[in-house]
Amino acid sequence: MFRNQYDTDVTTWSPAGRLFQVEYAMEAVKQGSAAIGLRSKTHVVLGCVNKANSELTSHQKKIFKVDDHIGVAIAGLTADGRVLSRYMRSECINYGFTYESPLPVGRLVVQLADKAQVCTQRSWKRPYGVGLLVGGLDESGAHLYYNCPSGNYFEYQAFAIGSRSQAAKTYLERRFNSFMDSSRDDLIKDALLAIRETLQGETLKSSICTVAVVGAGEAFHVLDNETVQKLIDAFEIAGGEEAPAADPDAAAEEGGAADQGAAAAADQGAAATDQGAATEEGVAPMDI
Amino acid sequence: MESNQAKNSLLSSHDNIQRTQYPYVTGTSVVALKYKDGILMASDMGGSYGSTLRYKSVERLKPIGKHSLLGASGELSDFQEILRYLDELILYDNMWDDGNSLGPKEVHNYLTRVMYNRRNKFDPLWNTLVLGGVKKGHKYLGMVSMIGVNFEDDHVATGFGNHLARPILRDEWREDLTFEEGVKLLEKCMRVLLYRDRSAVNKLQIAKITEEGVTISQPYSLKTFWGFSAFQNPTVGAEGSW
Amino acid sequence: MTKQAANWSPYDNNGGSCVAIAGIDYCVIAADTRMSTGYSILTREYSKICKLADKSLMASSGFQADVKALQKFLAARHLIYQHQHNKQMSCPAMAQLLSNTLYYKRFFPYYSFNVLGGLDTEGKGCVYTYDAVGSYERVGYGCQGSGSTLIMPFLDNQLKSPSPLLLPAQDAVTPLSEAEAVDLVKTCFASATERDIYTGDKLEIVVLNADGIRREYMELRKD
Repeated sequence: MFRNQYDTDVTTWSPAGRLFQVEYAMEAVKQGSAAIGLRSKTHVVLGCVNKANSELTSHQKKIFKVDDHIGVAIAGLTADGRVLSRYMRSECINYGFTYESPLPVGRLVVQLADKAQVCTQRSWKRPYGVGLLVGGLDESGAHLYYNCPSGNYFEYQAFAIGSRSQAAKTYLERRFNSFMDSSRDDLIKDALLAIRETLQGETLKSSICTVAVVGAGEAFHVLDNETVQKLIDAFEIAGGEEAPAADPDAAAEEGGAADQGAAAAADQGAAATDQGAATEEGVAPMDI
Repeated sequence: MESNQAKNSLLSSHDNIQRTQYPYVTGTSVVALKYKDGILMASDMGGSYGSTLRYKSVERLKPIGKHSLLGASGELSDFQEILRYLDELILYDNMWDDGNSLGPKEVHNYLTRVMYNRRNKFDPLWNTLVLGGVKKGHKYLGMVSMIGVNFEDDHVATGFGNHLARPILRDEWREDLTFEEGVKLLEKCMRVLLYRDRSAVNKLQIAKITEEGVTISQPYSLKTFWGFSAFQNPTVGAEGSW
Repeated sequence: MTKQAANWSPYDNNGGSCVAIAGIDYCVIAADTRMSTGYSILTREYSKICKLADKSLMASSGFQADVKALQKFLAARHLIYQHQHNKQMSCPAMAQLLSNTLYYKRFFPYYSFNVLGGLDTEGKGCVYTYDAVGSYERVGYGCQGSGSTLIMPFLDNQLKSPSPLLLPAQDAVTPLSEAEAVDLVKTCFASATERDIYTGDKLEIVVLNADGIRREYMELRKD
């Protein structure tokens, strides 16, 4: 059987110039249930799909408040996500202690990326297996960032990560032009619609998704189930029976311009087109 | 005195670190106030080595980044050390180049933490600092002492200034002072200090900070009048002096 | 050069008085806004009252830099608490945290004299008084700071609360109505300002009840 000689530790290069362990970590992100984020000039909305691992458990928390002005949505290894959220919280508290003002989002994101990068260059470490959508507000406005295990980070207008996120990405790509001037409620509506895209036919209910908002004059908070259900009903977007409106052609094109080079490279071998529906039913093994 | 020395050796006996117990070269009062468009600050340029006037052209008002102005009295070397800390801080801020910058509130708070930390180590920075600034239409004026005591006010003054200048400021300060009125008021304060504070010298600078930025005046002197008869022969009427 | 400065001290006393009174369903916390050093006034508008959580407020006098450090520490701890427990800290919990925090610096103390006021988990008013190194007690009313020696006996006289020595223990909250308590606090400070040079300028009164927080101010003598 074919065995990869260059993936036994993080610090070994393949002759093709790849770091397989890092790429595997990026795969872990794709296995986790989806998380999405989008922003306007003044608001950021984060959302995620809550998948319970078994009938007998509840789902895990995937959206965390970092500070009044920053929050994260994660996909991948939830345990790693919690650790990184804790790190971000303490950074915010420390900055607040010295300056009595909120830590700029972009700077926190760079610190976070640097922390992830260290794990890709030490033989006794492993990369974090989690992707984070960091949403926040600072002096220069609302921001949405995506941080991945490789230590790369990107700023987005709107983005989706995790299993079947391609459908949500396609939806967001079609609509993002209007996001900048969207109202808060329209942003939430788009968030719910994007989440619905990842459900592939399943009915959108407040029990299987979480939505959080941060914006001008509004501290980061997770919307409670009741509010979310009311919004779903008000917008009449539960969906379900009728097939979601994803463009079939868009689902085929991987990543789009925004996707990281490393991930694109990883795809050429394996059939890793962002989690096909087939693997989905067999649970996401890493999302524990 | 003996008990003092005992105390001193107690503080420094652990290792050979020398901690500041008293200042060497000091600057005297800084006076500052809010006015219509921002902050005005004044200080003279003397540096005293005890009662010797050791330096005569020290700048004690410095711009910090785009939005802040710092004035200092107390140990001049410590002030220059603080300027190095702030330089690094502002440089680091600029290097991000991300549209975020430290405002006067942030700088003041940072200084508060620096001063308080050093006092916790029994190694104080021997200064009283005045920090003024404007950012996003918000005027800020605050003070920090060498042990970390800090506050904001519409007008502040360090050292002798707190005794001699602030009563004048409390009388005459208004929220809507124009630039000219503000300068006149500061000069009035500085003149009183010049007459009554022996370490004050007649060479001063006035700095202004507004939304547009910092301007620090060239050194200049105040008009004084020493021709009072009591000044000319101070011992007249003081019987039995010598 | 001869040393002319007095030996340096890491402490200062910035003065000020704080009072807190607990009622059956309210709590009144008050402090003057003068900050002094020696015989000089540094500022006439410095608030000594700090909101630590939804239902706990701390009024502190003593050394301002230590007080500020203490407030910032408690604020940071409260943020962590909220992250971990998803709720506000209760006043009794905050009271214990404050005590632990003060005792942690037992041998280089925070020179701060605090009263903590708030509503307990049943919505009843509560007041805790402390010394600088963390010993504390839940009481019906409390007073700290430079004017405390003038105010405390007056409160004892006016509130006539049941003695803490009584067995079984009697409820410590005062029988006064909210408005009466606010009036009493104003009288306390008006009197203390007459005789204590470190108390004056302005009185800040914070009232905490089921409706939330309300603030009142009263001018005091400025001399």
